[in-house]
Amino acid sequence: MKKFLGLVMCAVMVMSLAGCGKTAGGTAQEGILVMATNAEFPPYEYHEGSTIVGIDAEIAAAIAEKMGCELQIEDIAFDSIIPEVSSGKADMGMAGMTVTEDRMQNVDFSDTYAIARQVVIVRADSGITSLDDLQGLVIGVQQGTTGDIYATDEFGDEYIERYAKGMEAVQALTQGKIDAVIIDNEPARVFITENEGLIILEEAYADEEYAIAVRKGNKELLDRINETLAELKADGTLDAIVAKYISAD
Amino acid sequence: MFEDFKQQFILNFVSEDRWRYLANGLLVTLKLTFFAVLLGLIIGFTIAIIRNVHDNTGKLKFLNFLCNVYLTVIRGTPVVVQLMIIYFVIFGSVRIDKALTAILAFGINSGAYQAEIFRSGIQSIPRGQMEAGRSLGFSYFQTMTRIIMPQALKNVIPTLLNEFITLLKETSVAGYIALEDLTKGGDIIRSRTYSAFMPLIAVALIYLVMVLILERLVKMIERRLNKNDKR
Repeated sequence: MKKFLGLVMCAVMVMSLAGCGKTAGGTAQEGILVMATNAEFPPYEYHEGSTIVGIDAEIAAAIAEKMGCELQIEDIAFDSIIPEVSSGKADMGMAGMTVTEDRMQNVDFSDTYAIARQVVIVRADSGITSLDDLQGLVIGVQQGTTGDIYATDEFGDEYIERYAKGMEAVQALTQGKIDAVIIDNEPARVFITENEGLIILEEAYADEEYAIAVRKGNKELLDRINETLAELKADGTLDAIVAKYISAD
Repeated sequence: MFEDFKQQFILNFVSEDRWRYLANGLLVTLKLTFFAVLLGLIIGFTIAIIRNVHDNTGKLKFLNFLCNVYLTVIRGTPVVVQLMIIYFVIFGSVRIDKALTAILAFGINSGAYQAEIFRSGIQSIPRGQMEAGRSLGFSYFQTMTRIIMPQALKNVIPTLLNEFITLLKETSVAGYIALEDLTKGGDIIRSRTYSAFMPLIAVALIYLVMVLILERLVKMIERRLNKNDKR
């Protein structure tokens, strides 16, 4: 029995050492590219049936294909994505994630692949028309997002309510528990079509760009991702994926 | 190694006054637990009495039925689901203080468990005591308040205090309704600094210290209670 256990331990150790296989190019486990995301963020990533779909999921699938490995998507809380990547549990974090100074201290970011905006959702009958009106009101955000971080700095901690999911913040807004929600533009558009009586303020709260996070110093994987992103941009695949989920209007 | 530790400590707790998330969270957790315990005591005690009266006299049939439904539903569903039902469904379209919502949810939840604790305490008193009281001319009510209850309460105090300790830890799910309790405070720090170790360990230690203090208290009270027991 002891011998058998020892054998198993050896096998596990060898496997974990093997890691960066030739085909996978710097992933934690050979042949599998693990992507950490928070699949509550339509149209970038969301559950449809038993799979996670969306813009990020399709880009990740394209990257995995180019690298010749299998894509595995893990759905976790948004604020756990970076620890997941920096501790090596996932190979890359892709969740409509904006590049910020603080985040760059913990992970490396790829080239940006999408432009986004933080917008404000309010109830249509609330009479809030501009960002100035938000002063002193209760604002809901998704915990750990740039919307949360910027709004906490600007409006003060006591006016911010942090929900685990953007959807819950929107639900609290429709129920009149909070006055506004600050969240990324594209999910906001999905939320207001699904909930009656909500509007997006014309004035955007902040502009930003999304990128893919990888473990600090994993240059091999980062290069492969950047190469693939450049290819996808050049041959129009990226635009096609975005167009599939976001109708231009 | 030590430098690294120090740096992480400063990043997680000192810079931008992040320790405030823990301090404020701790206050919220204590407030929740205290008031939820009180509410639970009232609910639990009332239900135990109703059920006991029913068991002994056959009266209060309808109330007893309601109590049974309450006990089944509350003990058969997770507290975090109850919390979200109260916040998002029952108070679906009103702006209500979140701390109050949480106190209601945890109080109602704890009440069910406390009811069973009280009832077991009352049942632990031998039937003969009730019969003795009644044969001496006390009414049912008098026997209850003067003979049964003083003994029953003394028996349940340690179990009850353990229920409070459990409740203290259970309030950690309050973050589900965006209420910033101790656990959520650590979570917010984690979402800002992206380090898992410091905030989580700090939160765990604070809970542990609180529980240890409470356990000390339970031991002290138990010893006092046993002082004049010849058991």
